[in-house]
Amino acid sequence: MFCLIAAESAIFVIFLVAYIFYIGKSLSGPTPRQVLEIPIFNTVCLLLSSLTIHLAVRSLQRGSSAAFKLFWFLTLALGTIFLFGTGREWHRLIYGAGLTISTNLFGTTYYSLVGLHAFHVVAGLLGLAIVMLLALATKVTKEHAEHVDVFSLYWHFVDVVWVVVFTTVYVVGR
Amino acid sequence: MSSNSLPIPDAIDSAKPTSGEARLLETLHECVITVDHKRLGIMYIVAGLIFLLLGGLEAVIIRIQLLLPHAQFVSPEVFNRMFTMHGTTMIFFVIMLILFGFGVYLVPLMIGARDMAFPRLNAWGFWMSTFGGLLLYFSFVGGDGLYGAGTAPDVGWWAYAPLTARAFSPGHSTDYWTVALLVSGFGSVAIGVNLVATILSMRCPRMTLARMPLLCWLYLVMGALLLFTITPLTAAQVMLMVDRYLGGHFFDTQAGGSAVLWMHFFWIFGHPEVYVLVLPAFGFVSEIVPVFSRKPIFGYPIMVAATVGIGFISLSVWAHHIFAMGMASYSNAFFVLTTMAIAVPTGIKIFNWLGTMWGGKIRYELPMLFCVAFLFQFLIAGLTGIMLGSAPFNWQLNNSYFVVAHFHYVIVGGILFAILGAFYYWYPKVTGRFLNQTLGLWNFWLLLIGFHLTFDFMHFAGILGMVRRIYTYEPGRGWEFWNVVIGVGTLFQVLGLSCFTFNLVWSYFHGRPADRDPWDGWTLEWATASPPPEYNFSVLPEVRSARPLWDLKHPEDPDWKYQ
Repeated sequence: MFCLIAAESAIFVIFLVAYIFYIGKSLSGPTPRQVLEIPIFNTVCLLLSSLTIHLAVRSLQRGSSAAFKLFWFLTLALGTIFLFGTGREWHRLIYGAGLTISTNLFGTTYYSLVGLHAFHVVAGLLGLAIVMLLALATKVTKEHAEHVDVFSLYWHFVDVVWVVVFTTVYVVGR
Repeated sequence: MSSNSLPIPDAIDSAKPTSGEARLLETLHECVITVDHKRLGIMYIVAGLIFLLLGGLEAVIIRIQLLLPHAQFVSPEVFNRMFTMHGTTMIFFVIMLILFGFGVYLVPLMIGARDMAFPRLNAWGFWMSTFGGLLLYFSFVGGDGLYGAGTAPDVGWWAYAPLTARAFSPGHSTDYWTVALLVSGFGSVAIGVNLVATILSMRCPRMTLARMPLLCWLYLVMGALLLFTITPLTAAQVMLMVDRYLGGHFFDTQAGGSAVLWMHFFWIFGHPEVYVLVLPAFGFVSEIVPVFSRKPIFGYPIMVAATVGIGFISLSVWAHHIFAMGMASYSNAFFVLTTMAIAVPTGIKIFNWLGTMWGGKIRYELPMLFCVAFLFQFLIAGLTGIMLGSAPFNWQLNNSYFVVAHFHYVIVGGILFAILGAFYYWYPKVTGRFLNQTLGLWNFWLLLIGFHLTFDFMHFAGILGMVRRIYTYEPGRGWEFWNVVIGVGTLFQVLGLSCFTFNLVWSYFHGRPADRDPWDGWTLEWATASPPPEYNFSVLPEVRSARPLWDLKHPEDPDWKYQ
């Protein structure tokens, strides 16, 4: 998993470099300052989900199945809220601000970077959902704690990447 | 049928096919479902050899076209496709597949493991890589698109923007190239993850990192490099897809995008890729030279340090491919210095191999012959590399045949020779039979002569100003003679590699049988039967030094006394 995370990081680095390289190089509007709003609520949800998945893994290691299911469900819910928030933001940008992937360089780099992250969130949510279903079927027990822990690394990675993407897109790039 | 034969295991056993066709079907079925590292390793290598045939055919077409001035053997469009396909095939689907094959075959045996860490991921990686290659070649059929505009990709193996933009590359040929490399890239990353995990966590008891065979160290660094080199290419390919299909502007200069960005992204992948290819070749040489010099490898810790050093430095030299693009002078200076710096660990390795041979009792068996040729040729390849690594020299000769000669010296003279040495060395282990000696000598000398005729004289053509990728040329520029020599050399190489291919098939059925340890080797793979049983080892020798089999054979003078 660490190897996979290393490889994934390299992909994100390349997209981030492209984003940073193209900040302010668009030949036409809209610019980030005109259209982007800082998604505080979304970010808080995603960061909280890192905490809940950590608590879930800890409960499983202690053998408390009910707490595990509760925290795992919370993680799933928070991740879904984040994804929904991104969807709403994109809807507003496309239909409200008229920014699409082919509008200008900002659109191209913004949608591909945030989209790449959202794609990883989707993959993570699928994984979370599968474990949730297995847990509901009482197939996830204490001896699976290590596997679940390794999977949680991926989710933490998705969160950390969001911190970097957030800083780049909404703080530095704006 | 009695009721006793009804239980399922019996039923399957009694149904063992006897006819030839049924046996063939069962073998094919086993190939599809297998997760065994040995079988997958062989499948990797066979797939690589098939692609070698295709890539070689393309090279021959290129050389026939350039044999004489104003030749019209193929059309310019076909010529463009040929050099694009030749480059892409040879790098991604020949050398990489063969090296992965050796890696997944040898690494578990050398560290005394039952299999790779993730056997199913291993199979997945094989099928992804191979399907990538098939997809690339399917472009000959399906690349036409709706436009009737070209079949196979023709944008060069580095596919610089804006040539790859929709306007300049209609049809689907470039998309086939992109998707093929994306898919095979996923396979490569899977292999990288698997190699690193296997080497770090599957070693047998008492096999510490410092007691691993050097080949495993080199594959460890190669696996780690794969994670950081293939992924930038994947990211860049995704951007190219966004540009081509979603109307993005990453590499679209008219909307403020930058073609230079593609060059950087491509070479951030492209240069470490060279080291991904060459590190396993170093590994083969590091195993073969000591065994045939009857001495342990000289300077083991330094070799490891040099390997890791190469791994790190190789990530920071990419821009020496694009000096001619015009960068700031301090960037030029930085990349010149890093390029010079990477010659240091590489030089250390060459001196250590020489140190291993020095004073040794050298047996010039076939694997050793290839390794000696490797040493000479790789040295020259490195020297022209230093020449090209200095920016002013590079401005003069960039994009000429001098560059072509340099990197073919690395890839053919270095990597291919080491791979052939590895074939002759490990073939007895894999099949239980030796490769034929006479055919092997023909292979060696024909290929050696052909190699030098072709690539030595490409340097001259390059210095005389012959530009790479030109379709044809005018007489009277002083290039005719060199191109004829290069063409004759190609013929020799084809003959040499034909001997090799024939040898592989012939020796499989008629070769001299080999026992478990035909070369008097020292590493763990020689401790098991040839070919190894499915479980690899029934009893593992005790590992107390880097040469466990030496300790076993010479209990009066074991290595661990001196460590």
